[in-house]
Amino acid sequence: MGASFKETKLPADAPRSQKALAWVDDRFPLSKLWNDQWGKYYAPKNFNIWYLFGSLAMLVLVLQIVTGIFLTMYYKPDANLAFYSVETNIMRDVHWGWLVRYLHSTGASAFFIVVYLHMTRGLLYGSYRKPRELIWLFGFAIFLCLMAEAFFGYLLPWGQMSYWGAQVIVNLFSAIPVIGPDLSLWIRGDYVVSDATLNRFFAFHVIAIPLVLLGLVAAHLIALHEVGSSNPDGIEVKENLGPDGHGVDAIPSHPYYTTKDLFGVSCFLLIFSAVVFFAPEMGGFFLEHNNFLPADSMKTPGEIAPTWYFTPFYSVLRATTSDFIWVVMAGIAAYVIFIWLRSRLSYKAKIGATVIGIIVEIGMLTLEAKVWGVVLFGSSVVILALLPWLDKSPVKSIRYRPSWHKYVYVVFFLAFLTLGYLGTNPPTPTSTLIAQLCTLLYFSFFLLMPWWSTMGRFKAVPNRLTFTPH
Amino acid sequence: MSNEKQVDSGRRGLLVATCAAGGVVGVSTAGVLVSTLQPSERAKAAGAPVEVDISDVKPGEMKVVEWRGKPVWILRRTPEMLATLPKNKPELADPDSDKPYQLPTPKYAKNEFRAYPEHKEVLVAVGICTHLGCSPSARFAEGAQPNLPDDWRGGFLCPCHGSTFDLSARVFKNKPAPMNLDIPPYMYLSDNKIVIGKDENGEA
Repeated sequence: MGASFKETKLPADAPRSQKALAWVDDRFPLSKLWNDQWGKYYAPKNFNIWYLFGSLAMLVLVLQIVTGIFLTMYYKPDANLAFYSVETNIMRDVHWGWLVRYLHSTGASAFFIVVYLHMTRGLLYGSYRKPRELIWLFGFAIFLCLMAEAFFGYLLPWGQMSYWGAQVIVNLFSAIPVIGPDLSLWIRGDYVVSDATLNRFFAFHVIAIPLVLLGLVAAHLIALHEVGSSNPDGIEVKENLGPDGHGVDAIPSHPYYTTKDLFGVSCFLLIFSAVVFFAPEMGGFFLEHNNFLPADSMKTPGEIAPTWYFTPFYSVLRATTSDFIWVVMAGIAAYVIFIWLRSRLSYKAKIGATVIGIIVEIGMLTLEAKVWGVVLFGSSVVILALLPWLDKSPVKSIRYRPSWHKYVYVVFFLAFLTLGYLGTNPPTPTSTLIAQLCTLLYFSFFLLMPWWSTMGRFKAVPNRLTFTPH
Repeated sequence: MSNEKQVDSGRRGLLVATCAAGGVVGVSTAGVLVSTLQPSERAKAAGAPVEVDISDVKPGEMKVVEWRGKPVWILRRTPEMLATLPKNKPELADPDSDKPYQLPTPKYAKNEFRAYPEHKEVLVAVGICTHLGCSPSARFAEGAQPNLPDDWRGGFLCPCHGSTFDLSARVFKNKPAPMNLDIPPYMYLSDNKIVIGKDENGEA
């Protein structure tokens, strides 16, 4: 039982704003929320540029929601009207409609750039390590929601690329044995991508996914502010408290990080506006050329490529040919043997890994390469969620890892970028071979992490943050 | 735990019953919502069989008609085109069309022409790639050309991921597409009139 309600008594000559705030605070924890979540949230004092992308992601989220609301006022989710409502009405007839639309379409790409950089930060400084596993998982779920938002949203302009991109992705589900064809029929609501599909994608894009996304963002932030931020040194600032009860190396977010983040926002908006005003199509990367043709179910465009942010994973899908399956099978067999020889897992876990390995190998012999392409495609995304449990390094931050670990990260990022680049181009025999090599590197980075992350000579982690006052 | 109360089994029973009843209502509501996503009656009706007049399709030419929103090819093959089919056999993934994609291969099309034996020159196939649903393009010219092998004998090329098909819409080996293109159920109403989506065994 809490204490009974008590009105805060302020002196009669207190300013009106103070009285109003006290009145609200007695009824709703407004000041408490602000202080817990930002105002008196103590963060390590040595954040660098990598730490701007969280608040930038928040900014882009708000931008997408606001511009999205205005776009729905003119957009028509109807197979006969959708293309013209975007390309004729919004882009040409509505006052400033083109700006709102370009803000929204550029915002989608900006969102992925910011989020990829935000995730890179996590990877470099081990931000996902204990006790921040849940923050990482919420973040991963946000990433999935973003991908869903981007996929559903891309169908809405009802251009050729929208249409055939959706056709290809929905057909991925038909690869699932037994239930596949019925499942993709159920997703589309018709025998092909059609008006029914457009309407339901619209519903998912404007309400269902955004609601989930907002909930996840709240969970991500609440979890972060519960355990506290990590930092480039990977030291827990809460372990070294000053007389005021806060970490000696921590500073309140407001005003210190408010000003830094605002500076980051200014820089971001400078680049963002340059793209919106001068290169909104970004040479076909942000808005693909074929999407300026209305959808035609009888004619596939010469080349179907997803937008750039999906291409690394899409390359993995394309790289899985029936020949490559043999390589994957050999890899899985080697991995299971490796687990037996070189891991400290319990006997039961090893047996479990072997059973899973054997089932997958049998599956690869019996089911088509197409199915496994979809499985690898999905795994290449989901494996990110396992990072907190794959990384066994005694230090969190790359700063105190053995120097050669940096090359491992370089190889990983190069493999990821190469996959992304190859995914934007039509496949050739050579590029397929390179994509297969990069796919192997990509998965090895994660699957071998429990071993390589512990190897080498680690540097001494300091007791206090590395910080140079300026 | 001094606050621990004796469980009133009568009340507990009612509680379980109420929750179970509520759960049934909840699950059936979810079921209703899920089934609204199925193709509607209107969409199913739009998938009815279509009649096509093929008198205007000359030898070596192809006509594309729409059935269930998908392109269906009607190709009248020349004798030279038909002669390429046996040569392709060793290079095909499934020359006898044993593995179906979305529609089982009709019995009358389980031959190398993938057509009625009495109308073997006319190929009727769903022009949707079995990889990821793109529509392959016609590449009937023989010989070396971009994206195709040098000894190309004519067929179809999927522009998305490079799968190739012969003039009976059978897929070549080691391509992203695992299966031959679908042959829809169809039947001849007269020599120059076919109906797609229906045969002697009923509608698809």
